Amino acid sequence: MTTNKKDVLLDVRDLTVQFGSRRRPFTAVNHINFQIYRGETFGVVGESGSGKTTIGRAIIRINPTATGDIIYDGQKINGRISKALDKEVTRKIQMIFQDPMASLNERAKVDYIVAEGLLNLPKRLSKEERARIVSEALDSVGLLPEFASRFPHEFSGGQRQRIGVARAMVMGPEFIIADEPISALDVSIRAQVLNLMAKLQRERGLTYLFISHDLSVTRFICDRIAVVHKGVIVELAETEELFRHPLHPYTQALLSAIPMPDPERERHKVLKVYDPSVHDYSADTPSFQEIRPGHFIWANGKELKEYEQQFQS
Amino acid sequence: MDEKTILSVENLNVKFRLRGETLHAIRDISLDVYKGESLAIVGESGSGKSVFTKTFLGLLDSNGFLDGGHIYFRPDPEDPDKTVDLASFTTEKEWLTIRGKQIAMIMQDPMTSLNPLKTIGAQIVETVLLHHKISKEEAHERAIHLLTDVGITEPERRAKQYPHEFSGGMRQRVVIAIALACGPRILICDEPTTALDVTIQAQILKLIRDLQKKYQLTTIYITHDLGVVANVADRIAVMYAGDIIEVAKCDELFYDPRHPYTWALLSSLPQLGVKGEDLYSIQGTPPSLHQEIHGDAFAPRNPYALNIDFIERPPFFEVTPTHKARTWLLDPRAPKVDPPHYIQKLAERRSRS
Repeated sequence: MTTNKKDVLLDVRDLTVQFGSRRRPFTAVNHINFQIYRGETFGVVGESGSGKTTIGRAIIRINPTATGDIIYDGQKINGRISKALDKEVTRKIQMIFQDPMASLNERAKVDYIVAEGLLNLPKRLSKEERARIVSEALDSVGLLPEFASRFPHEFSGGQRQRIGVARAMVMGPEFIIADEPISALDVSIRAQVLNLMAKLQRERGLTYLFISHDLSVTRFICDRIAVVHKGVIVELAETEELFRHPLHPYTQALLSAIPMPDPERERHKVLKVYDPSVHDYSADTPSFQEIRPGHFIWANGKELKEYEQQFQS
Repeated sequence: MDEKTILSVENLNVKFRLRGETLHAIRDISLDVYKGESLAIVGESGSGKSVFTKTFLGLLDSNGFLDGGHIYFRPDPEDPDKTVDLASFTTEKEWLTIRGKQIAMIMQDPMTSLNPLKTIGAQIVETVLLHHKISKEEAHERAIHLLTDVGITEPERRAKQYPHEFSGGMRQRVVIAIALACGPRILICDEPTTALDVTIQAQILKLIRDLQKKYQLTTIYITHDLGVVANVADRIAVMYAGDIIEVAKCDELFYDPRHPYTWALLSSLPQLGVKGEDLYSIQGTPPSLHQEIHGDAFAPRNPYALNIDFIERPPFFEVTPTHKARTWLLDPRAPKVDPPHYIQKLAERRSRS
């Protein structure tokens, strides 16, 4: 991807998502900003409870937003929007879920699971057309068309996740939110699903939002990564930049925890634990700032100076 | 069974009866576990790694049974000559002398292995009282002590709380405390960190390692992720389709693996992948264990398979005294095959450091 001309597909501005009663709200996502470019894979990394899934669900209109705008392809898609736009968004943005054992309807056959989204299209498709689209979708994810008449329990975990991918692809989406799509899978199956996602991206020019807690996987497939901690993006940079110059202590803690298949290196590994109390935000409040082109960090004025010094040294 | 060995498995076979068919889940495995070591058993789901270790505790599902083989265990550290054969145990009473007291197990998911209706303290006390004849107060003291050991701060207050008030990592710590409550000598950790975040995973693995030293435990890790075991295991056994296909010391397995399946497992790790290229992935699916397997079970998926791999099961070839692999490629008559380039890269990295 060329760096000078980037086409913003999704622009998230000052997004906040709250849960609970209005009197005692719990803020899951706190005033975050980021942009996703067309054709890239954007990673969101964080621990469980950090709000990474909520970000994805807010974009796809499952969780209502409290403040901020989500601009998709020049149009605001959060809050109150017209029914037509809502349908368009549902078609263009699709989701792949974490656990293929739980995300498929156990009582439906594969052809129904894959075709369900098509029933929602404004134009009614004939049975034959639908069958053709389903078998194409199955073929594109490496499954045989005759699997359409089977039930989910007849498949292995990797095959089920392929069905999940086919279900998303059948709508002809532009943007896919993949929420931990490989965490529940075996290592060898992970490779297959990752390769499949990369292949579909090449063939169809898809844009991915890849949500994960595992930095080693995101390093492999993401172009840029945002690190989320307690509903705040603490650092955002291009993948290699983030791995070479992790600035925020939380990013450093995450990086130090990646298990490596290399005993020599593992023996000398120093585990960093993130302690939020190292920040003194009482007087000087932090904000999200660009420290180098494309490298953003959540810091206050004093910290920003320290981080800049790290770059110089 | 020599002196260092605490548990010795000989020619173990496990079968399951399933809808009138028999499924051969563990196919003639022999393995020694040494005192004080940490051994990792690695394999895909369905390879039989959990079933294998469940036989040490008599926890097989009711349709499963041992079909030949022995599991010798040394129950008394003071008396090294005494051994019992766990494979001959039939009654629950016999198992209670082993389960918890001698061999304890940590399950995969800390969300489901605790009782949600009882406080953490009560659950530990319960386990302590089951195995030791001490008063309730003493048991409570012990529980507090255990919670401190597993790194839970304010143990007195935390002991009065219920599982839902703990985070996933903290719950796994409690599960470890319960497993240690009766002073076991072998601790089996079945995917102890798969349900946890990366940062918590590293902390839990470190905790288990520290406890292993403190209590002089022998630990057996079960996992599907080779990336995780590099820093915890002394030795690694790789399982495929109910058989151990390679056993080696940790360094030997990562830097000089010999079985094509181990190559494939290592190559498919995203940590070793090159961006923009496809990750190596194993073609096909593991064989069905309903049918008799001839030859090397991995042969149909193995690009390096020889003709004999389809006919005769390879024996263990010794690479070094601590490293052996079940593949015909190690036979002196076999053609020389270079491992895939991912593996060579790993080995190079080592020679540089």
